[in-house]
Amino acid sequence: MNTRSPILATLTVSVLLFMITPMVLSITAAFLQQYSRGLSGGLTLEWLGHVFSQYGSTVYASILIATSCVIGNALIGVPCAYALARARGRWARSFEEILTLPVAVPGLATGLALILTYGEWRDFRQSYAFILVGHMVFTLPFMVRTVSAAFQRAEIASIEEAARSLGAGFITRFLTVLVPVVLPSIVAGSLMVFTLSIGEFNLTWLLHTPLTRTLPVGLADSYASMRIEIGSAYTLMFFIVVLPLLWLLNVVAHLVQKRYGT
Amino acid sequence: MELEQISLTALACAKTYPDGTQGLKPTSLKVEPGEIMALLGPSGCGKTTLLRILAGLETADTGGQVFFGEQEVTARPIEQRRVGMVFQHYALFPHMSVERNIEYGLKVQGVNASARKKTVGELIDLVRLVGLEHKRPAELSGGQKQRVALARAVAAGPRVLLLDEPLTALDSKLKEALRDELAELLRRLGMTAVYVTHDQQEAMAIADRMAVMRAGEIIQVGDPEVLYRQPTHAFVANFLGRVNILRRDLSQTNDGVLVIGASTLHVPTHLGQELLVRPEDIVIGESQPNCMQGVILQRSFRGDHIQLRVRVGEQDPLILDVSRDVVYQQGDTVSVSFSPASFMCAKES
Repeated sequence: MNTRSPILATLTVSVLLFMITPMVLSITAAFLQQYSRGLSGGLTLEWLGHVFSQYGSTVYASILIATSCVIGNALIGVPCAYALARARGRWARSFEEILTLPVAVPGLATGLALILTYGEWRDFRQSYAFILVGHMVFTLPFMVRTVSAAFQRAEIASIEEAARSLGAGFITRFLTVLVPVVLPSIVAGSLMVFTLSIGEFNLTWLLHTPLTRTLPVGLADSYASMRIEIGSAYTLMFFIVVLPLLWLLNVVAHLVQKRYGT
Repeated sequence: MELEQISLTALACAKTYPDGTQGLKPTSLKVEPGEIMALLGPSGCGKTTLLRILAGLETADTGGQVFFGEQEVTARPIEQRRVGMVFQHYALFPHMSVERNIEYGLKVQGVNASARKKTVGELIDLVRLVGLEHKRPAELSGGQKQRVALARAVAAGPRVLLLDEPLTALDSKLKEALRDELAELLRRLGMTAVYVTHDQQEAMAIADRMAVMRAGEIIQVGDPEVLYRQPTHAFVANFLGRVNILRRDLSQTNDGVLVIGASTLHVPTHLGQELLVRPEDIVIGESQPNCMQGVILQRSFRGDHIQLRVRVGEQDPLILDVSRDVVYQQGDTVSVSFSPASFMCAKES
């Protein structure tokens, strides 16, 4: 390698090692017969098979919840973002500032509040919909903030005025002009919501029941109750399922940016 | 395309912002049917506010009224006024093709596909965008975007056309070419139009009449030539072009004369003590004993003309624009003459 600055190269390599080593070790552990004996103990696919049979359903649950969360938050969040962007009062500005509050409040506290509110509704409490509601509360601000920033841009305000001058009433211009114009931001917001929902643990941990478990909750369960090799196999499954999905979503987002970007 | 010609009237329209600042003092203006009126003034003079009140994007303070022809539209929002509007940065819909941008207004009105296609086709011919129908705004040049914006604004048959600094986003060379093109297009459309700009050249090239504005009020309205040659206000004279100021004392003013050195010119009393004269209205020639004399302080070549700074009598040095064939150099003494009609009033109201 032809480096001009050996210090920079050393630094880069150390940071990379610092970040990647734990992941590599964890993934390797998933294939070892016995972690304590290392490679000499031999390799196996047993743990992966075990994880797929026992926790496979959590993968679908997580993807389903994350997808519903994106759709729900887009439906609620985009009109909210518009209302917030066009509201001129001082309360609107302060409201925008406290929008990220749910992120600072521990998920456990949010979860507890949700249990207090909906705990009596047994069927709801025991369904995945309950976890979905928690995820939506937690991720809605990310959607609203991202999209609201787009609606506030001067060029988008004047595009809206152009649509008005051509006679378009609110519903018409919202659907035919405003939403398509902020689509790149909606996609960016959706990506964030999806990512947060897939990986969300501490809120979900409080909301889940033995029959409603998501990927991260299952992961915690396997770490707590089974051997470390199984936990590691679970981590690997997380990588196998989630990484391609995120890559795919990123490609889609990039295409949308390219097509609709102003 | 059949377009209506109606008059457009603002009566005592004012705008006070929530923080108490008055963006526009009570202003009245009538634009005749088919006329192109420019609102001209420096930034912050209220010209855009007045345009937005005419459009229905802002509401005037209580008491202000807007009429389209005989019909009062004060209470109607822009969606119901049937105006065509061209915005500063075009505000084209970035996700739609040229064709779909232009037909948007017709679609909103529920016009059927074949009628839409016909109108859009005519407009694409008119603004010379043939071949670009399926391009997106991002793929167009500034001039092309501007023509799309104009076509979109007139497609749905608006009653008036409102243009908010449509050329600002372009660089200066392109701007000049497009200015004349736009002037010609607007003439062909024959619609009543209001054109906001801060560029006096642009206003003069495009408008039938101009309203010069300052600090929230209209100072003078008239056709470009009258405003340039007979401004009633020093601000108007200054804003439309360069001027020289000549001063005379009270007794000269009362006698209706202007004394410079040994010469006496007849200049009417009503023009006041300060007189304005444009650089191109001053003529120089070979120095002769019984003429007004001046000394050339500076000579600078400007390509299509030469600019001279000349000291005449006790006055501040005058700026003159002369032909580039003039041979006089710095330090030469020349004769200077004004046509009496070239003096303009410099009163401040």
